[in-house]
Amino acid sequence: MSAAAAPAHVAPGPDAPKVVTVDHLAMAFGARTLFRDVSFEVRAGEVFVILGGSGCGKSTLLKLMIGLFPPTAGTIEVLGNDIVTASGDARERMLKRIGVMWQSGALFGSMTLLENIMLPLEAHTKMPEEARREAARIKLGMVGLGDASNRLPAEISGGMAKRAGIARAMALDPPLLFLDEPSAGLDPITSAGLDKLIQDLARDLGTTFIVVTHELQSILAIGDRCIMLDKDAQGMIATGNPRELRDTATHPVVRAFFRREAM
Amino acid sequence: MTAETLPAPAPSLTQDGTRLVFAGRLDAAAAASLWRPAKAAAEAASAPLELDLSAVEVLDTNGATLLLRAGGEAPRTTGASPAVAAVLARAVAAAAAPGPAGGKRRRFSPLAMIGAAAFGIGDKAAGWVAFLGEAAVTIGAYAVRPRGVRFGDLMRHLDEAGTRAFGLCILLGSLLGVILAFQSSIPMRQFGAEIFIPKLVGISLLRELGPLMAAIILAGRTGSAYAAELGTMTVNEEVDALKIMGIDPMRMLVLPRLLAGTLVMPVLALLLTLAGLIGMGAVMVGLGFPPTATMNQLSSSLTLGDMIGGLGKAACFGLAIAGIGCRSGLSAGRGPQAVGDAATGAVVGGIVSIVVLDGIFAVLFFRLGW
Repeated sequence: MSAAAAPAHVAPGPDAPKVVTVDHLAMAFGARTLFRDVSFEVRAGEVFVILGGSGCGKSTLLKLMIGLFPPTAGTIEVLGNDIVTASGDARERMLKRIGVMWQSGALFGSMTLLENIMLPLEAHTKMPEEARREAARIKLGMVGLGDASNRLPAEISGGMAKRAGIARAMALDPPLLFLDEPSAGLDPITSAGLDKLIQDLARDLGTTFIVVTHELQSILAIGDRCIMLDKDAQGMIATGNPRELRDTATHPVVRAFFRREAM
Repeated sequence: MTAETLPAPAPSLTQDGTRLVFAGRLDAAAAASLWRPAKAAAEAASAPLELDLSAVEVLDTNGATLLLRAGGEAPRTTGASPAVAAVLARAVAAAAAPGPAGGKRRRFSPLAMIGAAAFGIGDKAAGWVAFLGEAAVTIGAYAVRPRGVRFGDLMRHLDEAGTRAFGLCILLGSLLGVILAFQSSIPMRQFGAEIFIPKLVGISLLRELGPLMAAIILAGRTGSAYAAELGTMTVNEEVDALKIMGIDPMRMLVLPRLLAGTLVMPVLALLLTLAGLIGMGAVMVGLGFPPTATMNQLSSSLTLGDMIGGLGKAACFGLAIAGIGCRSGLSAGRGPQAVGDAATGAVVGGIVSIVVLDGIFAVLFFRLGW
């Protein structure tokens, strides 16, 4: 995961265009309310972190933002489209402009890593086969898997599957990438390499990242801004820069989270 | 400014001596449209071409792939903006990453496949012997001291393998009886022997077709389900977790399924046979024979020995199908494909084992004069 020497990623200012707008979002499964009245905006080029304890609805919020299922209430605008109501060509165009790294990697078991990454290029571009292969090889090189391109997903570790999942999410160079628990289960060196990759891509390509995680070190390393969800509060309990929250938060759950204290 | 917010000028490529001049937005679309001219220019040049990137406004990694094809793995560039240079540098570093060791992925080699299959047969045979041994010990221990099987699990398996298959058995059995009666009536009519159709169909169903059809239903429904369920547990390391907790997977997972398979099969075979006889009876009524005539024919030809033989055979089929299903699941490899392979193996193995066992029973019954 080598990178060219370059200044670190700089968080975009408040005048940067909005990429995602979530407004008064609520989600319930039957009688069980997961969260309500969640509102935030994500700006272009930002590394935005959704954090919180287990079971607070982080991954559900991510799935709502990519339109896997509709919310109970509220609106979600992604790249200028309402993800809930978008359909047909508009939805397809929007989906081509987002990439998702799933928690498990979600690689297709019958394809090699290289073929997994070539698949979206084959489906959505007219690049010749040689170009697709080279582009996929470069993506794998970017996540440090250049030497594993011919392996099947069953032949690699969980951490490698996550990195391959990021490479596949980046296949079309989308302006917006969603990452679900990218660092969970990785060793500290790989995890730090992944954090650096996210920062480098945000800086070099202007990619916007929405990262769901509860890995404290990653949050502090990469997050420009964050929101924190809480299961008991059934909603957001904090928003802001994670390093500032660590130092200044007064909410007991937020303080405990950033100080790794038992409650 | 992000790649998203920049304008999207059309990409272009022109050659100026030893320089290739790129312009516009270089992304996947540019890689698609400019790949062939860039490749042709690179191959025609005697030395790597210099890339003029002063008019490139946006570059992403797919566009960088195009530049690497045009200018080689370490392209000489001029005029690149800092953003463009950074993306290109990242792509160059990624392209220089070491490739897979050992060259290409394994190629198709019939000789290697035959060799691997030969070794695989030995491994599988050893696995089967171990499984049969463990199963025999577990069943023996259970017979001596019938504890350790959770009653709730056994009831669940009896329900899933048995009661939920009743509808299918009744449907297929009655249709089978109707078909057999109609098919046999054609040649029997030529000899005026239609009255003997109940004997023919009754013996066929009770001794052979009832157990066989019920076993095929069990292999398709339950054998595959056992393999998929245990295969998923194996993939999820649940079986390893059981072992580490000191709980024997044979007793916890396999034994209830073996018992359920063995116990439900005679019931399914009997149900299918009865449904078949009813179907046959309906055809006989249609052919002008009253139900009493059909009953008389059946009672004069079917013996308790026929039923015991048929149902005993069915119990053995059930044991074999459940065992093969469990074994396929427990020996599943890794990944979702492994579960599919286990289910396929369970159905194919189950049906093959039924036919082989049926052949053995046919010879045995012939020798015993049953």
